[in-house]
Amino acid sequence: MKILVPVKRVIDYNVKPRVKSDGTGVDLANVKMSMNPFDEIAVEEALRLKEAGKAEEVVAISVGPAKAQETLRTALAMGADRAILVETDAEVEPLAVAKILKGIVAEENPGLVILGKQAIDDDSNQTGQMLAALLGRPQGTFASKVEIEGDSVSVTREVDGGLETVKLSLPAIVTTDLRLNEPRYASLPNIMKAKKKPLDTKSPADYGVDIAPRLKTLTVKEPPVRSAGIKVPDVDTLVNKLKDMGIAN
Amino acid sequence: MKTLVWVEHDNASVKDATLAVVTAAAKLGEVDLLVAGQGAQAAADAAAQIAGVGKVLLADDAAYANALAENVAPLIVSLADGYDAVLFPATTTGKNVAPRVAALLDVAQISDILSVEGPKTFTRPIYAGNAIATVESSDAKLVITVRGTAFEKAATSGGSGTVEAVSGTGDAGLSTFVSAELAKSERPELTSAKIIVSGGRALKDSETFKATIFPLADKLHAAVGASRAAVDAGYVPNDYQVGQTGKIVAPEVYIAVGISGAIQHLAGMKDSKTIIAINKDEDAPIFQVADIGLVGDLFTVVPELTAKL
Repeated sequence: MKILVPVKRVIDYNVKPRVKSDGTGVDLANVKMSMNPFDEIAVEEALRLKEAGKAEEVVAISVGPAKAQETLRTALAMGADRAILVETDAEVEPLAVAKILKGIVAEENPGLVILGKQAIDDDSNQTGQMLAALLGRPQGTFASKVEIEGDSVSVTREVDGGLETVKLSLPAIVTTDLRLNEPRYASLPNIMKAKKKPLDTKSPADYGVDIAPRLKTLTVKEPPVRSAGIKVPDVDTLVNKLKDMGIAN
Repeated sequence: MKTLVWVEHDNASVKDATLAVVTAAAKLGEVDLLVAGQGAQAAADAAAQIAGVGKVLLADDAAYANALAENVAPLIVSLADGYDAVLFPATTTGKNVAPRVAALLDVAQISDILSVEGPKTFTRPIYAGNAIATVESSDAKLVITVRGTAFEKAATSGGSGTVEAVSGTGDAGLSTFVSAELAKSERPELTSAKIIVSGGRALKDSETFKATIFPLADKLHAAVGASRAAVDAGYVPNDYQVGQTGKIVAPEVYIAVGISGAIQHLAGMKDSKTIIAINKDEDAPIFQVADIGLVGDLFTVVPELTAKL
């Protein structure tokens, strides 16, 4: 079985995003960029399935600018076998990404596609579900456990009330939640090796996909700021405050 | 404009997050509801009582018993012709189903809206709430998920909706529900609680977390939450997590105990009416958003507070 893992190049999760003063977006100039954290978990899960003998090949995919090659090289250094970059400088919405991925799935015939549940830039949480819909295949979103059992996969999902387990017939789409695994770091020898692994470059047009956006961003603003309040010196003062607010007797 | 709201329910009643979706939908136009489930007549009757709703479509079929996206999405698509917008709560279930519907309709989804600015214009958080985008859709039909804390809940009585049975689209045969391990608690639910007591990594371990946080929560009839660090360290299960990747909450009072205030945690609770922080580090970022802060060792402060309430 082959596993596809789409990955996205996003602002590093340790960087605090700054809104541009003209309100057109978030300033990404000279900002550290990394692989979306949920996608790292997706790469790790695919590699673990391969190491457990459940899959033969792991293919990393990214839709984005030329620099997304770095993100793909990270996936290759972690252990992915090869990579495909669908290069475009445009901002591609989840629906268009899903359509491109559908085209790649038609060529590659994977048993599983594992994606991060959302990207930490646009926070859409859509691509995996949309890909599953376009392919007419089942989806196991927000996964905290993935087990292949013959021609099906059992996925434990993190839901609002706790955990839920579903069984999906393969091929299937899985999206990762935080507690699925802890991604490995790429070792230096593997980073060197990754430079020689195959990386194909394609364009959205190769898959016949119109990537024109459906949503127009009118403005991007800072959220309303909350100002700091007071500090109380001791528990008695805090208790009195709570009494004033009517939440203690 | 005609809107359809997908109702999250437990067969007997409508979940709170859906009530906020009804309020958002009413800003766009007429509101019909869809109750899909197995044995969900009581939930449909309850939905018909929600103020301002028109029709309540009831699809009662074994295929909808566990809200599997593979089965529910085609049902919604089959009904979408008569509507200009379909709205879902931005809960784990809503987020699972909505994009599947959007893709089948070939429209972009607008995720997690905070406000309705016009018939096709909405605000939504991006970058973990560090920025708010105003977006305008060019699609003929809208598929939207709604952040529950951003809208008032519609009243659960006073409505005069009519329940109408609709035929289902059956089981897609792609997925089956196996089991659920849902947390049972005597405490209020996190997303609808008036008061929340949340613990962070400083609580040391599972035993200490329970012994410190639970008595205070019980005294205040509060729900219990946790930071991602506390959940990742295994102090409490994942359904306790408040934050960008956990639950978004906005209670009357949020008490953060031993939580430093990482960006992703603040994203989940900074719309709370009053924030109270207890932390021994006076420079902790949580104090920058707290209305009332107490610098001190939580292991002495919290038991003292619990005793004095």
